[in-house]
Amino acid sequence: MYDGGKIITGIIIGLVLLAFPIWYTHGTAPPRPEVKLPVKEKQCVQPKAYMKTNHMQLLDLWRDSTVRAAKRIYISDDGRKYDMSLQNTCMSADCHAKKTEFCDQCHNYTGVVPYCWDCHIEPKEPKEKSEEKH
Amino acid sequence: MGVNRRKFLKIAGISTLGVVAKPAADALAVEWLDKRLGGFTIPETLLHLFHRPTGFTPGEALTAKRWAMVVNVKNCPEGCKACREVCHKVHNVPDIENPRHEIKWIWHGEYKHVFPGQKHEHIEEALKKIPFVVLCNHCQNPACVRVCPTKATFKRKHDGIVLMDMHRCIGCRFCMAACPFGARSFNWIIPWPRERAGTMPRFRKDKEPPNPEFPTRVKGVVEKCNFCAERLAKGQIPACVETCREVTKKKGMKPALVFGDLEAPDSEVRQLLRSHYTLRRKPELGTNPNVYYIV
Repeated sequence: MYDGGKIITGIIIGLVLLAFPIWYTHGTAPPRPEVKLPVKEKQCVQPKAYMKTNHMQLLDLWRDSTVRAAKRIYISDDGRKYDMSLQNTCMSADCHAKKTEFCDQCHNYTGVVPYCWDCHIEPKEPKEKSEEKH
Repeated sequence: MGVNRRKFLKIAGISTLGVVAKPAADALAVEWLDKRLGGFTIPETLLHLFHRPTGFTPGEALTAKRWAMVVNVKNCPEGCKACREVCHKVHNVPDIENPRHEIKWIWHGEYKHVFPGQKHEHIEEALKKIPFVVLCNHCQNPACVRVCPTKATFKRKHDGIVLMDMHRCIGCRFCMAACPFGARSFNWIIPWPRERAGTMPRFRKDKEPPNPEFPTRVKGVVEKCNFCAERLAKGQIPACVETCREVTKKKGMKPALVFGDLEAPDSEVRQLLRSHYTLRRKPELGTNPNVYYIV
């Protein structure tokens, strides 16, 4: 093998460089997303476990029911009534009043970019944080 | 085991039945099937077995068999644009000056443009100057709904309102080509730019943030008047009609915009239609508009 030494060292250096993301971030896993739950409202429209796994299907249902069937009142399994509205029910002042502390936490962590907020208006949040960063 | 010929034919047959049954029911006016489906197609109904639009119509909602509007143009106060302002305010419609990019839900047109088939040189002087309030006609036989490839625009079976489901709109603009009234606008530019500070009112003249009760739109969707479906659900009449009532009342006039159920014989709309000669825009096209004009 001509230049065997050089080739093998090259390959080793290449492999080390390729593995850069693994060894560079080793032991520094990003922090777990921390979701701040609403203080005032104790209960979501459905149990927490269901909301965790199925909130997207639920929101889809809400969307179709309100927009297409004009059925705007949702009745949860234990009989509470809700206005099916992302902007005015989910994100109301008593519930998930801050998108950055709730939705964004997990969505950013998992790299999910739902297009809800292209049109729907997120609740206003005080700008303190963003000003600190500048 | 794979699908044999017999099984394949069975599945194909049942599927065809499923697709064909709804139009067939429509054609034959099979009411019980129609009622069971509640305005959805059979494939949609099958989908609902897994993905059901649960929910109930709110009790306070205003309901009708067929919503309609009567525009009494001569009651329109001079220079008044209140209906347009309030509509565009509550529905977060941007004020874009460039007529090529403009978004309109309700606007004022001239007689010759609103009734192009009726114009001639010698029409009544007054009519030449009066602004005619124009909006989506919520046709009984809407051309836009027929051409929409995704069913993003649809007619609500229970009250005849023609609505847009922005989530489904792919921006093909077939509906704009089909609508003979120019009632639809396309978002050529980002109407509500999202920036660090939130939703920017860049195209609102009042520079105020959007109405948080109603969503905004993105670039690439078509939008139009929704007869205030979201307000009707809360038991309120359309914003334009409400404002028109207030404005004209202050001036001691009768309202220029009247809203009501066309199928209810005693409704305000029907009373006006009974006692006045009314026009509709381009009735010859057969779309059967639900906005009437008293000139």
